[in-house]
Amino acid sequence: MKIRVHVSLKPGVLDPQGRAVHHALEGLGFEGVDDVRIGRTVELDVADDTSDKALAEMCEKLLANTVIENYRIEKVA
Amino acid sequence: MKTAVVTFPGSNCDRDMWVALRDVTGNDPVKVWHGDADLPDGLDFIALPGGFSYGDYLRSGAMAANSPIMRSIIAAAERGVPVLGVCNGFQVLTEARLLPGALMRNAGQNFICRTAELIVENANSHFTSAYSVGERIAIPVAHHDGNYFADEETLDRLQGDGRVAFRYADAVNGSRRDIAGILNAKGNVLGMMPHPERAIEAAHGGSDGRRLFESVLTVVA
Repeated sequence: MKIRVHVSLKPGVLDPQGRAVHHALEGLGFEGVDDVRIGRTVELDVADDTSDKALAEMCEKLLANTVIENYRIEKVA
Repeated sequence: MKTAVVTFPGSNCDRDMWVALRDVTGNDPVKVWHGDADLPDGLDFIALPGGFSYGDYLRSGAMAANSPIMRSIIAAAERGVPVLGVCNGFQVLTEARLLPGALMRNAGQNFICRTAELIVENANSHFTSAYSVGERIAIPVAHHDGNYFADEETLDRLQGDGRVAFRYADAVNGSRRDIAGILNAKGNVLGMMPHPERAIEAAHGGSDGRRLFESVLTVVA
């Protein structure tokens, strides 16, 4: 089973990296970009019988830092 | 005083920490490897040094926080053994949830390497009793991810409970409320981004870090 975990910064957490990329986009002449937030995608290939609970635990314990990040689990195939 | 310095793959301030502890305590610290399951018996103090454990993969400190040795360090911290995490060690302590909050990329995006002026906020802890409240000390910083973040409620609690040990005198890295170092609720775990082990003797350019280790010595000796 292919899983994609999308990790993103929580709303309200300053993203200096996103801000720098935002400036760079503006520098390239792109207009109308209101905000840029940078996250991370983790692709997992797991046994088909892996439970949702186990996947959530992987996110909570390691893949995301829930102090600053949200995560979303997507089952790809 | 029996001390230990933990080395993770990618630690690079472990020797500086080792020398600082030897100089202050007069005894050779035990070197502990991240893959060890157990700590030596009878430790009075454990230091997690700076560096780039596991190449900062995933998040700074995230992989090291799950090293085999961390289970024993968490247990020791719960028993009340003083644990100090400096720089990457602070990141490891937050990732291991021994300390609240998280350390994010510096607000200015740059790696910052210079001496910073700190204000001592709490001079009652195991680590700070040799300082006085409000005292300004000069300690080197060298980090990319030192921007301390916690939600407002946590920040209020840290402040209200006297758990902010050190604050930057001037904004350095975007840290919330200019926090440079915090204590756990019991007061036996300190995480800080600045490097006290790099300010031990005059030849270092200053010795303001020495009293941190001397404070611990007076508690456990």
